[in-house]
Amino acid sequence: MKICFNKVAALGMVLLLLAVPYSWLAAQAEPDTLIQDTTVTITGQEHLPRPAQFTFVHDSEGDAGGSITLKWTLSPDDGAGENNVTSYNIFRKASGESEFEKIGTVASGLTEYEDATTTDGVAYSYYILTSSDSVGSKSDISAGVVSSAQWFNSKDLDTFIIGIIICFSVIFFIFWAQKGKKLYLRKIAGLEAVDEAIGRATEMGRPILYIPGILDMDDVQTVAGITILGRVAKTIAEYDTKINMPVSRSIVLTTARETIRQAYVAAGRPDAYSDDMVHYLTDEQFGYVAAVDGIMVREKPATCFYIGAFFAESLIFAETGHSIGAIQIAGTAMPAQLPFFVAACDYTLIGEELFAASAYLSGEPKQLGSLKGQDVGKIIAMVVIVLLCALFTVASLTESEAVLSLANTIRGWFSAS
Amino acid sequence: MRRTVPLVITLIVGTVLIVAEFVPHKPFGNLGDKFSMYFDIIAVFAFILGGGNLVRVHITKISRKKADWPFSAVTLAGFALVLAAGLFKIGNPGGIRGDVAVVGSLFNDLYIFIFTPLQASMFALLAFYVGSASYRAFRAKTVEATILLVAAFVILLGRTPFGLWLTGGFTGSWEFLQVPNLANWIMDVPNLAGQRAIMIGIALGVISMSLRIILGVERTYLGQDND
Amino acid sequence: MGNGHTEHKTLVERLQFIDRRIIFVFIGLAVVIPLLFGAVLKEETTPIVQTFFDTIEGLPEGSRVLLSFDYGPTTAPEIQPMVDAIVRQCAHRKSKMYMMALWATGDNLTGETIEKVLKPEFPDYKYGTDYINLGYQTGNQGLIRVLLVDFKMMYAVDASGTDVDSIPMMKNIRNLKNFDLIVSFGGGSPGIKEWVLYAGDPGKIPVGGGCTAVSAPLLYPYYPNQLIGLLGGAKGAAEYENALINAYPEYKGRKMAGMKLMMSQAVSHVVIMFFILFGNILYFIQRSRDKSRSMEAGR
Repeated sequence: MKICFNKVAALGMVLLLLAVPYSWLAAQAEPDTLIQDTTVTITGQEHLPRPAQFTFVHDSEGDAGGSITLKWTLSPDDGAGENNVTSYNIFRKASGESEFEKIGTVASGLTEYEDATTTDGVAYSYYILTSSDSVGSKSDISAGVVSSAQWFNSKDLDTFIIGIIICFSVIFFIFWAQKGKKLYLRKIAGLEAVDEAIGRATEMGRPILYIPGILDMDDVQTVAGITILGRVAKTIAEYDTKINMPVSRSIVLTTARETIRQAYVAAGRPDAYSDDMVHYLTDEQFGYVAAVDGIMVREKPATCFYIGAFFAESLIFAETGHSIGAIQIAGTAMPAQLPFFVAACDYTLIGEELFAASAYLSGEPKQLGSLKGQDVGKIIAMVVIVLLCALFTVASLTESEAVLSLANTIRGWFSAS
Repeated sequence: MRRTVPLVITLIVGTVLIVAEFVPHKPFGNLGDKFSMYFDIIAVFAFILGGGNLVRVHITKISRKKADWPFSAVTLAGFALVLAAGLFKIGNPGGIRGDVAVVGSLFNDLYIFIFTPLQASMFALLAFYVGSASYRAFRAKTVEATILLVAAFVILLGRTPFGLWLTGGFTGSWEFLQVPNLANWIMDVPNLAGQRAIMIGIALGVISMSLRIILGVERTYLGQDND
Repeated sequence: MGNGHTEHKTLVERLQFIDRRIIFVFIGLAVVIPLLFGAVLKEETTPIVQTFFDTIEGLPEGSRVLLSFDYGPTTAPEIQPMVDAIVRQCAHRKSKMYMMALWATGDNLTGETIEKVLKPEFPDYKYGTDYINLGYQTGNQGLIRVLLVDFKMMYAVDASGTDVDSIPMMKNIRNLKNFDLIVSFGGGSPGIKEWVLYAGDPGKIPVGGGCTAVSAPLLYPYYPNQLIGLLGGAKGAAEYENALINAYPEYKGRKMAGMKLMMSQAVSHVVIMFFILFGNILYFIQRSRDKSRSMEAGR
């Protein structure tokens, strides 16, 4: 049943993801709009800047509609000639209206404006008033352009392709591992130490403190913290140790309770579970920090887990934990907090190790396979980094325009903007 | 059945949200926003659960006179006071319809005179803890630790005027040896490279973990693995 | 730290595990004394701050700038100087300022900024035509995503409950793309990163930010492609104030908040460096003693 569900799930995802490029291709059939030639109107007297002219007035690409993109060539007097352009003022008129209305101003030197206040289905015409102080000269008036929603966000095509490759490789390795192939996984010291840390608390007769970060369940780090809790709680149940888990979000409260309860059931000790193991403090960041610090100082837990999303409180927790002599295991994907945890805790799960932890602790082939799939993404990243470094080096040494443009094109695929 | 329904919901919602990221057209466009709004609505209702839990835990502590119960009394009193001040807008010049955080209201006074200094004190602890943690952590015990120590030292020195005062003599082609320049180089090159590598690793980890959850391979958050 | 065994410890051993409260005292003095004396440290503006300043300086009169107050009183000492400097610059440039908050704690700070900076220093700036306080709205990054599509869906009224349709400067606001610049203050979550990911990148809107020093390393990778500039901690604020003084001579000679913090920061850095050096000297003395002791024992 489980295998069947996974297969159907994977097939469903693949079909849905394939539907996206298909709809994009279908959307490409829409006709373009051309710019109409109209007369040039000039107001004012001498020393007027010469007008900028539209090169592109078109429905904005890959959006949900409601937007038209305008591009133009700089006025010959912007940065050159009389050099007296101060700004470009954009005027708009909807079909059926009689007057143009100013909708925005752009600084000199810029050549693009997105009018994001259009209504889909209505035709809009535009002109630019190239201004110098209080006078200006008008551009040609553009033809009427209509905005509409698209079926595919073509601006994200690169993200889509890379995403597909990585998703497919993760899914592929999940199935591959399921067939019983051997997988090598390096040791993660922080996770190897979990049993020892719980054992120490048991021997000392002191509780274990578990902090799942300060964000809600919609953050994937909190989800990772809760999945690791599932494994940790099972060992805690088996060792009959006490766990204290103060949380700062109500949904985390209910999820963590359910996770611990299930872990106690799985360990065959449902009677030992109590709702009081998890309790809510406050959503407020530093109120939470103060309360947790108080718990640490009063109860002196033998072991502290900080697994999830952390901000400035990371060092406050870790230093207080150190001062009470607790073994501390931390894990977060907040790069800015990692140095604090590394400096003050005994073990730290760094970034991706946090997400790998649950799979690592479970030891299930399927879960471990997904980690292997991640490596494909790493290989792509490494190859692209080395390739681009090489290309840019060659381009700067040989001053070759062709190599430079190739390098820039490849960089464009992997750049956000 | 108890396990299958949440798994199916996760699969459908997860997949639809991935598709919505690439399809701006209706009905997919804005789905991500709507779902995150739904989450907030649920979270607001769940807050009653959290607040209820807080009150219950502390009332139990007080009634049973457990250790440190006076702290619980302070917690409950603070909770009730701020709740009343915000809910009934006590002292609000605009009455019950005015902005909750307006100057002159009890809520604003509690915020300015109690909440602000308490919060600032907690954050200020960082300055002290950074000192004690670095005293302990930056020891030249191994080669790696020595590199870390030297980098930390250069950055600390580079962020003070003393850095420039000590090494301002390096000019011309030796200017890069001025400590502030070295500190900027450490931040801009090795630090940035490390940060980006960690971020790439995290992004891949998130993809892999999300897929495990969407495909139902990872079920720990629903309890243990046995159906 | 106090939890180790205490018998037969040499002075060097004890100093290596010095009571942390001694370090705390020194750091406390290093921070407080320069503040009490009002010492000021001027910072040269670095490119990451200067480009931010130049972007606002280059905005045409009447440009729309969205200022998001995504911080609380905890980080206000570090962030408020940046807010004040940027609000002053926007007012000089006659930009229209739209103030909002992703953090509930940011709402009061918006009001404080208006009362303490905008109203006394720029009395001609009028509410509703030159600036507006939209207040706090729940939703975190979800809020940003909705604002990108429909601004008035989430902000139908301003902070004091006035219908935004009756406010002149809200007339042509449909969504975030109608803004010329977004500035987020605060390095937590939601904050600058969320503004970049959910508004700046998809909407092609320039985003700038000011954050605490501890959050800055996380955000540096977004500069310069996704962030027009970043002010990191008191140093970033002091650099921005320096740029402001260079561009607007009326601020010359004024002791600005960021600059005052810099002296405390510099002195506390020196104290921390001293302790690191001290710790290492002790460590090496200890190590050489241990070595000679083990050699003696080996004989």
